[in-house]
Parts: sequence; C-alpha cells; structure tokens
Amino acid sequence: MRAWAPTILRGLLLVVLIAFLLSPGSFEPLLKPLVQQNAPAIYNQGSLLSLALLHLRTVFIATLAATIIAVLLAILVTRPFGTEFLALSRSLVNIGQTFPPVAVLALAVPAVGFGEKPTLIALFLYGLLPIFENTLTALTNLPRSVIEAARGAGMTNFQRLMQIELPLSLPVIVAGIRLSVVISLATATIGSTVAAKTLGEVIIAGLQSNNLAFVLQGGLIVGALAVLIYDGLSAIEGMLARRTGSA
Amino acid sequence: MIEIDAISKRYDGVPVVDNVSMVIEPRTVTVVVGTSGSGKTTLIRMINRLVEASEGAIRLDGEDNRSIPGYELRRRIGYAIQGHGLFPHRTVAQNIATVPGLLGWKKARIDAKVEELLTLFQLEPKTFGPRYPHELSGGQQQRVGVARALAAEPNVLLMDEPFGALDPIIRAKAQEDLLAIQKHFGTTIVLVTHDMNEAFHLADKIAVMDKGGVVQYGPPAELVRSPATPFVETLIGDAERPFRLLSIAKTGAAAEPGDADGAPISEDRSQQEALADLIWSGRDALPVISKNGVPMGRVTLDAILKRAARPR
Repeated sequence: MRAWAPTILRGLLLVVLIAFLLSPGSFEPLLKPLVQQNAPAIYNQGSLLSLALLHLRTVFIATLAATIIAVLLAILVTRPFGTEFLALSRSLVNIGQTFPPVAVLALAVPAVGFGEKPTLIALFLYGLLPIFENTLTALTNLPRSVIEAARGAGMTNFQRLMQIELPLSLPVIVAGIRLSVVISLATATIGSTVAAKTLGEVIIAGLQSNNLAFVLQGGLIVGALAVLIYDGLSAIEGMLARRTGSA
Repeated sequence: MIEIDAISKRYDGVPVVDNVSMVIEPRTVTVVVGTSGSGKTTLIRMINRLVEASEGAIRLDGEDNRSIPGYELRRRIGYAIQGHGLFPHRTVAQNIATVPGLLGWKKARIDAKVEELLTLFQLEPKTFGPRYPHELSGGQQQRVGVARALAAEPNVLLMDEPFGALDPIIRAKAQEDLLAIQKHFGTTIVLVTHDMNEAFHLADKIAVMDKGGVVQYGPPAELVRSPATPFVETLIGDAERPFRLLSIAKTGAAAEPGDADGAPISEDRSQQEALADLIWSGRDALPVISKNGVPMGRVTLDAILKRAARPR
C-alpha cells in the first residue's frame, strides 16, 4: 500500500500540471490572493503551454548535444590511444561546469545574438560534466572478468565497446543524463534574460511587475517538470540496471 | 598440437615467462601448475595472444599464431576463466552464442549448437536458455562459461583456474564433466591451476612452473617418482606422495585372480579409492568388477601398498 503512495502522488502531480498548462484560467481563484487589486493572476503575455514546450525543447536539444559529446569524449579517453587526453578533457569539462551560465550568456550574445542560441550554448556547457564523469566512471569500472572474457572470445575493440562496454555502462550514463537534465531545466529559465522563449519569461515578468503569482506559477511548472522527468529517468535507469543484473 | 618454442614475456625488462619450450599433444589435458606469480597465466594467455610474447613463437598445428589477427585467433580457441566472466546483460543462450555469432554462423546452426551444449552440461535448454547469468547458481554459471568457450567447436580450450570459485562438491562434479566433455569433443585442453589435487585428477601431463620457467613437464606419475627439483617435490608434498600415485592409477590395474568377500569395487575407480575402501571396511581384499559388472578377481591391501611405495 505504502509503495504505491509515491506513484499516486506523481500521477496526481502530472494531472495537475497538464490541467494547469491546458487551462490556466481555472486555477485563477487559487492564485488571486497573491496579487494586488486588478493585476492578472495568470500569465497573460503568451501561452503557458507553448512556453513549457519551448522550455522542454531547449533543454532537450542542449542535453542531447551534451550527451553525444560527453559520451564520445569519455569513450575516446578510455581507449588506449586516448588516455593522454584524459586529464585535458577532464579540466575542459570542469571549466564548462564552473563557468556561471549567466557569464556564458553574456559572452555568447555578442557572438551569436539574442534568442535561443546563447541559452543552448550555456546549457550544453553546463550539462557536459555529469554525463562525462558518469560515463567515464562506468567505462573504467566494468568487471574485469567480463572484459577479459569479451577479449578472449575474439571480439574486436569496437565490438567489445558496442556489445559489452556501452550496454553495461548504460544505467550509469542515464544517471548522468538525469542529473544534467534537472540542472538544465532550472538553468534554462535564465535564458529568458537574453530573449529565449522559456518559462523564465513568466518568472521575469513577475519580478518586473511585482507579481508574485507569475513568479510562483513559472517556478512551480519548472519544478513539476523537473520532478517528473527525474522520476521518469530514474525508472528507466532502474529497468536498465535490472536487465544488466547489477540491481 | 601446440608447439611452444622458446617463448618469453618481459615487462619492463623483467621476465615473467622466461624461455619456455614445450609441446602439447592433441586431444590431451595439460595442466600448468605453480605458485602465484610463476607465470602460468601469462604462458597460456600467450597461446591466444591476450598477451603478446616478447620473444619466441607458438605454433598451433604447425601454424604460427601470429599469422592471423589476434581476434580471429581467439575465435578459434576456447577460453574459460575463473569467475566465468559471463556477460550480465545477455541471456545464457546469447552468452553461449557469442563466438558463433562473431563468426557469422546462421541462426539455425547457432540455436542447435546452444541447445546441444546446454543439454550436454545438464542445463534444460528451455528453462536455462532465456535466463540471465545472475539468476544461476555458481556451478551453473561456471558450466555456462565452459559451454560458451566450446560453442565454436575449438580444437584448443584454454582454462585459467576455471573451478577456482566453486565449492569442493561442485568442483569435483565440474572436473568430472570436463573430462567427459574432453572425451566427447576430443578437445586439447590447457588448464592453469594451483590446486595439485585438481592437477593430478585431470592431467595427462603436468607442467610445473617456477619463477617464469617450466621446471618439469611430464605425466603425473613421473613427477611423483622423479621430481626434477626440490620445488616440484615441495609442490607435490612429502605426505601426499603415495596417495598421489594411487590417485592416478585405476583399480583394474592392480587386480589379481582370486576371491574376496563384501561389496565389490569397479575397475575404473582409482587405487586411492580402493585403499580407502579397504581401510574403512577393515578387509584385506576387495572383489573387483568391470564397468559392466563382470567379476575381474580381487585387489589386495598388499598389492595396493606395494604400488604406493617409492619406486626403485
């Protein structure tokens, strides 16, 4: 009975989120007490649904690019010919993480202009580290006897990578992607300071007009998306781990 | 036939295997024994080139093992290791199908082979084929590991302490299975172990390695009768010598005409087992019967003791 409680809560959260995005107006009475007289309680400068979808699209594209680059890089530096680049790529990826996204935006705007592009660059750089580190950890901690058996069976290096190493690393790689996605979902909101279409628009509009309801609904939608996506990816990860016999 | 010709392996100038030469006859079981760090694992890994030799050559049926790429060579040679190394994300059937798959066999042929091997290893194909390795017991995993090594019908099977992780009862069973399978396929087996009982039980010939060199290579009885160095003597053990001799000889060889009372012993049991039976039942002689149950005479305590004595 108790094991079902989290699932029911998540289902409820999803239903409320969808209802809110499809028909924000019906939630107006709930948010009304938070605003001053005559101010709108529900964001009225665009559709919340389309902003949420654009927000997700931005995060998706940035994470996809970060995943491809981070996984490729991790594969490269764990091959015999790539070990020399391990230290270098580690520091490069670490710089990406320590560089504040706001600073990336500031630097990227003059180069690529306003809009979605600088946000994508910032999210991409910010998302690299968790995926890279997790892939690296997974690839370097595979059971020795399994790798030995794969070599002994006569697999070429590429066959071993594709058939054994990557499938066995997948749960840990997905965990890295999960961390990266959650960070990006939150960070994407600041993209709206450089005119990217994200849910940050709602929050910024709220801050500018001193409208607490706007800030709250923007923040809650991002929060709900993050929780649901985090849980979804956790479930996928658990499924993969069970299949590889490691859980 | 495997010809190992003056093979050496050095890591940073330090020899791990030092100028080893030996010839392994086809369809025999050769056991390489030695302490840890004696180079025995490195030696067999040079046969399938998981380790590249620094010097010397290894020829398989006259063909230098460097004449084809390493991965192609390894598809022709079975390889089973301690802790089995099964792929945890693949089912038992997929694990066994690994090498045939790499060789590009047709699906029907692979399926038939997997079924044949599972049956041979007493694992019901329908039950065990779709299972994942972590759903099997240690002994079953080990059997699947050996089945995978044999899937592409290799002439040579290399085994690196394959039974090291098994408990004594399952280990004895696994050794019996291995001998049966070796007879069935006529595979040439090279097995590494540090367990002398296992070596004496399985080997047609034993190679004793010490500090990177082979100090003695010969049939088990020869090692007991005339150990080449004090190290070989220590390895066999003073207290074990008579019993090792009895353990490698069959009761049938000690049988003589005559009668005896009580439960009979089969001719294919070892003389060590006959001795144990004699002592335990307090008899001076046991009736011997052939594998088909035909009486073959008797075996006496005296005859056994004579055979266990130091050869002159």
